[in-house]
Amino acid sequence: MSDLVVTILGKYNYWLCVILMMIGLYAMIAKNNLIKKLVGMNIFQTSIILFYVSIGCKKGATIPILHHGAGHHGVDPTHYINPLPHVLMLTAIVVSVSTFGVALALAIKVYRKHKTLEEDEILMQLRSE
Amino acid sequence: MKAIGLIIVVLAGALLLYSTQDFPSWGDPASPASTHIATYHLTKAFEETSVPNVVTAVLADYRGFDTMFETGVIFCAGLGCFVLLRLFRNRDEDSYYRHVATGITLHIKSAKIPDVSSEFERIDTLWTPYDLIVKTVCRILAPFVQLFGLYVIAHGHHSPGGGFQGGVILGASVILIAISHDMRTAIGRISEKSIHILMAVGVLLYSGIGALCILLGRNFLDYASLSRILFTNEIEARSLGILGVEVGVGITVMAVMISIYNNLSSDGRLDEGL
Repeated sequence: MSDLVVTILGKYNYWLCVILMMIGLYAMIAKNNLIKKLVGMNIFQTSIILFYVSIGCKKGATIPILHHGAGHHGVDPTHYINPLPHVLMLTAIVVSVSTFGVALALAIKVYRKHKTLEEDEILMQLRSE
Repeated sequence: MKAIGLIIVVLAGALLLYSTQDFPSWGDPASPASTHIATYHLTKAFEETSVPNVVTAVLADYRGFDTMFETGVIFCAGLGCFVLLRLFRNRDEDSYYRHVATGITLHIKSAKIPDVSSEFERIDTLWTPYDLIVKTVCRILAPFVQLFGLYVIAHGHHSPGGGFQGGVILGASVILIAISHDMRTAIGRISEKSIHILMAVGVLLYSGIGALCILLGRNFLDYASLSRILFTNEIEARSLGILGVEVGVGITVMAVMISIYNNLSSDGRLDEGL
């Protein structure tokens, strides 16, 4: 039992990301309202972003901005955290906001046509046509 | 459906948690992600680009293609919102006007009244934001927010920041005006036409700098070739090229954020917002 606790505490960042991802995935699958599905998608994206950022972490290191003059006489990579996950997620955050906007626009189009955002009611309307 | 979903989610989560046993522990400096290319970026970025912020250097130079197409994705998302939602016919419902001198509200049913009038001002149908303190504070605050956005873009070489973050801050300042006043005020400040031109100008600036590098005899987005027209050495030219593409990214992100907000909150009519 104590081994399990030590294992979880050593890698708790992955556990938190997976739990967030499960919440988002469950909302995308099981919720009936389209907006709630979109919020689930956003939670899913946030968990992926947190996962990447936690990969880039190094114990005892600082942000990847070199100290003044540090670049001229050699940089010790263990003093700075990994910049690559930050670069990838920086663009991913803005793109996720934009795609979320497109998803909301589609939801507005669906609402204009069917006057509802509940999935079962939309399906009933489509079947009765 | 809910039970099946729960089973799928728990199975996927259990598989992922099982696989985390092989992952490096949190904060390990020797983890595979931190040892190969990231070490090269950290040690070489400053002498190759003279940009102390390694994130900016990697974003706009080493991974310039990626960032250019991300900007394209944002541009397409803005266009997608516009195409999906924008309606060019006028609102069929009634509209409300307020006589400025007396404050009397008029309820007009489908009559032609010019939008611009010195005696009457148009007000929103559902709820009229008419709060002097909120309006005044937001109007005074907006220029400072914009100044901070410009600082974040321009100082991205030396501090956390860059085109994406600064562009979002600039867009938020216009959205603040739209929320605190009404949507017509914000569109009066920056019109729909200029927003769309700015969206395209940002992407054009980014890819144009890339194409200029071809014309000057190097690869696409190899900013070192810009040294021939900027009269600096190749390292300084890379730094200036990064600044140029960051400005392009900032312009596109700002315009797309405003465009998405305008279309979503007014249901595509751009007359009455939140």
